[in-house]
Amino acid sequence: MDSTFQLFPESASQIADRVDALYLFLVAVALFFTFLICVLILYFGVKYRRGSLAERGNPPRSNLLELAWAVVPFLLSMVMFVWGADVFYDIKTPPADALQIDVVGKQWMWKVHHPGGQSEINQLHVPLGRPVRLRMVSEDVIHSFYIPAFRVKQDVLPGYYTQMWFQPDRAGTYHLFCAEYCGTEHAQMIGSVIVLEQDAFADWLSGETGDPPEVAGARLFERHRCGSCHKAQGGSGPSLAGVFGRRVPLKSGESIVADEQYLRSSILNPQQHIVAGFQPLMPSYQGQLNESDVLKIIAYMKTLEGNASASGEDTGDGNDQPPETEN
Amino acid sequence: MSTISPTVDTHAGHGDDHGHHHDPGFVRKYLFSTDHKVIGIQFLITTLLMLMVGGALALGVRWQLAFPWESMPFFGPLFASQGGQISPEFYTMLFTMHATVMIFLVIIPILAGAFGNFLIPLMIGADDMAFPTLNMLSYWFMWPAILFFGLSFLFGGGPAAGWTSYPVLAALAEAAPGSGGAQTCWLIAVTFIGVSSMMGSVNYMTTIINMRAPGMTLFRMPLTIWSMFITAILQAFALPVLTAAGFMLVFDRLPWSVHSTFFVPSGLVVNNAEPTVGGGQPLLWQHLFWFYSHPAVYIMLLPAMGMVSDMLACMSRKPIFGYKPMVYSMAAIAGLGFIVWGHHMFTSGMNPALGMTFMISTIMIALPSAVKVFNWIGTIWGGRPQFNAVFLNCVAFVSLFIVGGLSGIFMAAVPVDIYIHDTYFIVAHFHYVLFGATLFGVFGAIQFWFPKMFGRTMSDTIGKWHFVLTFIGFNGTFFPMHLLGVAGMPRRYADPYLHPYLEHLLPMNQLMTISAILMGFAQFLLLFNFLYSMRFGEKCSRNPWNANGLEWVAPSPPPHGNFESVPVVYRGPYEYSHPDHSDDYWLQTEPPGAQPGAKPQAAPA
Ligand code: HEC
Ligand code: HEM
Ligand SMILES: [Cu+2]
Ligand SMILES: [Cu+2]
Repeated sequence: MDSTFQLFPESASQIADRVDALYLFLVAVALFFTFLICVLILYFGVKYRRGSLAERGNPPRSNLLELAWAVVPFLLSMVMFVWGADVFYDIKTPPADALQIDVVGKQWMWKVHHPGGQSEINQLHVPLGRPVRLRMVSEDVIHSFYIPAFRVKQDVLPGYYTQMWFQPDRAGTYHLFCAEYCGTEHAQMIGSVIVLEQDAFADWLSGETGDPPEVAGARLFERHRCGSCHKAQGGSGPSLAGVFGRRVPLKSGESIVADEQYLRSSILNPQQHIVAGFQPLMPSYQGQLNESDVLKIIAYMKTLEGNASASGEDTGDGNDQPPETEN
Repeated sequence: MSTISPTVDTHAGHGDDHGHHHDPGFVRKYLFSTDHKVIGIQFLITTLLMLMVGGALALGVRWQLAFPWESMPFFGPLFASQGGQISPEFYTMLFTMHATVMIFLVIIPILAGAFGNFLIPLMIGADDMAFPTLNMLSYWFMWPAILFFGLSFLFGGGPAAGWTSYPVLAALAEAAPGSGGAQTCWLIAVTFIGVSSMMGSVNYMTTIINMRAPGMTLFRMPLTIWSMFITAILQAFALPVLTAAGFMLVFDRLPWSVHSTFFVPSGLVVNNAEPTVGGGQPLLWQHLFWFYSHPAVYIMLLPAMGMVSDMLACMSRKPIFGYKPMVYSMAAIAGLGFIVWGHHMFTSGMNPALGMTFMISTIMIALPSAVKVFNWIGTIWGGRPQFNAVFLNCVAFVSLFIVGGLSGIFMAAVPVDIYIHDTYFIVAHFHYVLFGATLFGVFGAIQFWFPKMFGRTMSDTIGKWHFVLTFIGFNGTFFPMHLLGVAGMPRRYADPYLHPYLEHLLPMNQLMTISAILMGFAQFLLLFNFLYSMRFGEKCSRNPWNANGLEWVAPSPPPHGNFESVPVVYRGPYEYSHPDHSDDYWLQTEPPGAQPGAKPQAAPA
């Protein structure tokens, strides 16, 4: 690899240049004040050094000077805030049509699941020029998904879905780091992000095998006999038809929107929320289903339509996405 | 300069106490002493030793970053079985313990413990702290902490979850070799340090409120005292949160089935162990930890700001510029310091709306800092600064603080922080403020108050050499870290060069390590200067710097009880080069209208 020093890493996403612009503005402000102050200190230090005959006295009591010293930093800081807030807002708001890819972190590797069922390890293939949204979760400790060339970073938490988005605007291979210290081999939790032209990406996808997550999820649903309790009606558990995105009344009297986070905890930690009118009979699937499996079952549950039977094989063909919920 | 005649009778009957200080034995006098000066010096010597320990650990880290997997000098033979290479486990332990030692055993206790103890009673004209026994205990509670940090090495090679000890890594023994008993020891040790600080904090607040000499009104207090006072308040409010969080984490770690799950979510399979059960939130720890640790960074800075203000005024022979704004800006920094902790968590998954709030409060905290910088410059402006080791260290304090404060702004702007968070940029930032500002301030303060501690002066020439070498070494070590961070190099990597992407940074890392070694060796000058001057330094009078504070009225070194008689204060501590006075300094105790150059009232010859 080329080992000449380069200050700025390459930039390859729609947000990178905006982050760099803000950064350069801050560099300019910082350099200005550092030089101003260091020069003043040296100048006064030498001019008034003990033994010199310079005229002494306090700094002139100039209101203008004092006002400037208070107002200029204040205005600058407001510029920083507004500018920063603007970019931050866009970093945190994925467009609705973003391609959603799942990322599961564990000590010390990244597992990636594409919506078409393709999976990869320590690699992430993404199409050029399309917004990509990553939904991320960890199986053990906290990790952090960091792609310097895209100027993005997001911690990957255990037990909680976080998300991050970017839109690659230059094809190539970029580095992927884990940025949150996660144990002995933290430095080896590395990988690459490969940005392909749309056609090449489609080729790549078709060359990989794997069942779409909802199909794999249906199989898991079957294998773990979820359907034995979750029937269309008359089961010991609530019907799961149309569960995603609906408002679920809870035994505690509250109600909660069944987003991905809720579905995950219903499977791994069923005691946390009990659906009104049901007994806490559901067993926990901790240890039997890993995070990747849970993501697949959630994908399957999303396909269950309002009045379809929830008991097994027929996955339904409609894929009406219920309203996305923010987490 | 108001010259209200002070009411002397507040401490009536106090003065004749001093007759009763009889000579205690060696143990009572030097080991289990309740004299604030002895305790302060005990703290100082302990923390300076710990500085050496922490420095050695840091050099281990630097060695690996510059010469990865090459046998380390001194440490290498410990790993003979691996051909002298250190292991990644050992590397993670090195950076964890480096930060732990530096923060909990050096910076916090050297400011509050060493200088707080030594200076508070002297500068406010008291004979000792309000609770001398508590004061002694606060020193001796450091030792169980040191013991537990030491003990932790018996378990799996030492704690290795970073000084921030984020769960789940720090909560489950399976997560890393250092997350077993070593982590429990670490938490217990930190709790002891917390108790020690808390004892100090209560004592300082009480002492400063109740034991000021007659005439020492709040706004005649030196800025050192103000800073110690504000620091004590910060400690009193922030520390309980850390202590509570520490206990919660210890409970989470209990091996029996009764253990709690504050921070551990359910269903995690760590290192093939049984899945975890519970419903905890790892982010809770981050909130609690930073709710303490952000105010704590000001605990690690404000006292140095106060001391530098006093030293700069004295060395420039000029009143501090803007005394009250200095006090108010310290108070503002302390207040705002409680509502910015989330800036450590911008990428943590915290709600983005909260991120916006923390961005604005963090940017705001830079403004009172700017006021202080302006006032320090205003103090030199038109003064008569003398380029001795004290002044040089103070100037380094101011200029390095600016660099650290401005890099703080980079991280306050969230989009930029998202990019540089957990990279070397962060490491650069906090070394500029903690080492660059605080430690240079401390070096100056050692040189400045050494005569009062031991009755002898330190060598100015060695002090200057120490300063120059440390300053060069410091910038050589830490400035390039900004560049590494912007180039994308993450922190806490045992081997960054596994990534071809980072290979081009190796030469710069080597330069940094060489600078760090230079800087490490420069500290032997300080050690030598300190030890040599203790025995052989030039003897000095009560007031070798011609300063104004009350501590300079007492003999050098002050006896048990400090002052021969209760000092009476007539003015603030910054009346340097006053037009109404013939000397260029005007002791706080000198009655108005007294003959120029007359002996101060409190020190009858
Ligand atoms: C022993 C019977 C049983 C089995 C087997 C079972 N569940 Fe449940 N499940 C329940 C019951 C009872 C409830 C309602 C009480 C509660 O919320 O815990 C429920 C609730 C749920 C909910 C929340 C439904 C809502 O309307 O909010 C989801 C989602 C769910 N289960 C998914 C699954 C999945 C996926 C599986 C298979 C991996 C599964 N369950 C297996 C009994 C079962
Ligand atoms: C001008 C004022 C300051 C601002 C705006 C500021 C801002 C910040 C921010 C935003 C971070 C988090 C960066 C990240 O992790 O992504 C940070 C980290 C840090 N700051 Fe500051 N800071 C300031 C002053 C100080 C001072 C005075 C100190 C200490 C004396 C200090 C010590 C630290 C430390 C120790 C960390 C890193 C902790 C860690 O992650 O290990 N900062 N600062
Ligand atoms: Cu990691
Ligand atoms: Cu902070």
